[in-house]
Amino acid sequence: MFYRENGQFKSSYRADLALFPIAQDRWAMLLLAAICFVAVPLLVSDYAFRAVLIPFLILSLAAIGLNILVGYCGQISLGTGAFMAVGAYAAYNLQVRVEGMPLVLSILGGGVAAMALGVVFGIPSLRIRGLYLAVATLAAQFFIDWFTNRVKWVTNDSPSGSVGVRTLQMLGYEFNTPVQKYLLCLCFVVVFGFLAKNLVRGAIGREWMAMRDMDVAAAVIGIRPVYAKLTAFAVSSFIVGVAGALWGFVHLGAWEPAAFGIEKSFQLLFMIIIGGLGSIAGCFFGAAFIVLLPLLLNYVPHWLGLSISTATASHLEHMIFGALIVFFLIVEPHGLARLWSTARQKLRLWPFPH
Amino acid sequence: MAVASIVGGASIAQAQTAEQFVPLLVYRTGQFAPLGIPWADGKQDYLKLVNARDGGVNGVKLTYEECETAYDAAKGVECYERLKTKGSGASGFDTQSTGITFAVTDKAFVDKVSVETPGYGLSQSSDGTVFEWNFPLLGTYWTAADVMMQDIAKKEKGNLKGKKIALVYHDSPYGKEPIALLQKRAAAQGFELSLFPVTPPGVEQKSTWLQIRQQKPDYVLFWSAGVMTPAGIREAQASGYPREKIYAIWWAGSDHDVKDIGAGAKGYNAITIHNSSAKDKVQDDLKKIVYDKGQGTGPADSIGSLAHTRGMMISMLQVEAIRAAQEKYGKGKAMTPEQVRWGFENLNLTADKLKALGFGEIMRPVKTSCANHMGDDWARIVQWDGGKWELKSDWYQSDKTYIDPLVKEYSAKYAKDKNIKPRAC
Repeated sequence: MFYRENGQFKSSYRADLALFPIAQDRWAMLLLAAICFVAVPLLVSDYAFRAVLIPFLILSLAAIGLNILVGYCGQISLGTGAFMAVGAYAAYNLQVRVEGMPLVLSILGGGVAAMALGVVFGIPSLRIRGLYLAVATLAAQFFIDWFTNRVKWVTNDSPSGSVGVRTLQMLGYEFNTPVQKYLLCLCFVVVFGFLAKNLVRGAIGREWMAMRDMDVAAAVIGIRPVYAKLTAFAVSSFIVGVAGALWGFVHLGAWEPAAFGIEKSFQLLFMIIIGGLGSIAGCFFGAAFIVLLPLLLNYVPHWLGLSISTATASHLEHMIFGALIVFFLIVEPHGLARLWSTARQKLRLWPFPH
Repeated sequence: MAVASIVGGASIAQAQTAEQFVPLLVYRTGQFAPLGIPWADGKQDYLKLVNARDGGVNGVKLTYEECETAYDAAKGVECYERLKTKGSGASGFDTQSTGITFAVTDKAFVDKVSVETPGYGLSQSSDGTVFEWNFPLLGTYWTAADVMMQDIAKKEKGNLKGKKIALVYHDSPYGKEPIALLQKRAAAQGFELSLFPVTPPGVEQKSTWLQIRQQKPDYVLFWSAGVMTPAGIREAQASGYPREKIYAIWWAGSDHDVKDIGAGAKGYNAITIHNSSAKDKVQDDLKKIVYDKGQGTGPADSIGSLAHTRGMMISMLQVEAIRAAQEKYGKGKAMTPEQVRWGFENLNLTADKLKALGFGEIMRPVKTSCANHMGDDWARIVQWDGGKWELKSDWYQSDKTYIDPLVKEYSAKYAKDKNIKPRAC
């Protein structure tokens, strides 16, 4: 009914290959973009920007990066926090050491540094896979934790090992208000979201998925495993590095190595598993679930007018959150993205299901 | 409605009469919960006491809301954002964490909210010309390290040349803060400083203490918190390192840190930013006016414990800043965060005032100024005798010949990094 594509004929290859082949989808996406770029900045409070929307956007971006590696190429990684840290620290060093470095360039530079590290730690993936690879990427996590904590040069000789960024500035334009910061993050997410979506639809994405589904068969039909796996590591850690730089620069402003600890890696892995492996939209669902749900659970006692102690609320939050994760994975092991596509399928046939 | 409320910053109906809002960032869960719970109880209890006993500050009722950070910087930032504009505006944030202090300091400049970090935070932020919104009242990690070294020097009859001092620290900004000062002192006094970082949360310290047993340092400075503290003391006990030679920072010197170890921790020294073992009128008032009516925040037996007293003291400083602001900007009115900042900057807690507040035995007089946001730092050493804390030294003040140049150097660096033009004071 709502998603019926009757009468929508594709008369060219271009139309056939469009990102959103169904007109309803195109309109929905345009509407969503309008809401994000116009309506949200006009309506939403500072608190929602700084505490909800900005972390949500940045973690969605990081989840996209991780999903390319895990969801599309099948290389399990537990080093996401480390790649984020490299992005953040590299971007920080570019800002500190290069006078007048534009903000966007240093954030992208952070991505490039993370990409380099990602490729290095991706090399073991040529020999090992699955859980064994997860343990190898864990080494990246521990190494970077150690490195950022101990090597003074990385933190510009900060006495406490904690670093802070200067004003966010680009070509004389400053990003001060939450709205400006939100729009900056949104631009990054939109651009990288489209790039990622197109990459996974293209030849390279097919190679990744072939590697994921059965690497021997993929090699037999002429896909080079080295190329496919290392590009997946490179693209993934580039995006994750950019997200890390944004997390440090835009969200926290000042950070210590603990901000990119192993919990971040796990958190991102949960995001893509709950959101849906091998789905770009799933990254957003997963990030929303992990970022928003705890906040929401935190507020529920307030709305109900219950005065329970802070500690109890916090424990309850963890329990309910855990239970919901289990529940969702039982209902739909393929993640929230799959639920969403099932819903769309049902809408397409409604009201005459067969 | 649910969504509207989250989008609208969860603004709950604002008060009609004059009310002063105090945000309470706490960690009742996570790795530091044993320290965080009595601390949080103390902070809230004192506000309750002021409301119940005095009817607020000159008639202005204190309102408050807790927000759980679990010592996590990202959660702390969320709490800060949530509470900074609530009610009359946040009177000041006691962030309870060095990491959160770092993250919040940059935002406080913009939002114009005070950050109150008694005994922790950024040591260089005592320079009020650069850090207009930070108040590391009563002392910093640099003054603490300095006092510890003074006490050690006294034991060694003034000569530390060739001595070996080890710093066992929580490997985080919190644990690293004293290093700069200790290095300065080591260079000047000729002792050898060795550093032993412990990976948080610090449950596993076996290798650290084995190394210490090998190197036999003359003293160990112990920058620990939460679960790391009892684990460290037990390892010291197991490896036979004398507890009398351990000097712990104030966060590692609470009752719960040593109580379970009992005699095994006998001789363990800790520095206190206030007169830890002392009780005064404020605790009696709290018991009589709040706890006996069943309105206490925590269990009654935590009254008088170190962390609880410290929580009360921190809230007292907050309340006195509000009172000082009211004296300038109008009694009986709710103060804006900027006015409260003025109060923090013009605190003058004389001995008489402290006595009247019921803190006379607990702390020493403090006076802040535009250039000096720390006020006066006083600290002393206490020792665990196996069953209770005993005062071991008189009050010390840090040696300004070491502290001041360091504060200048690091605050100048900060000002340069952040393009801040220092104020003239």
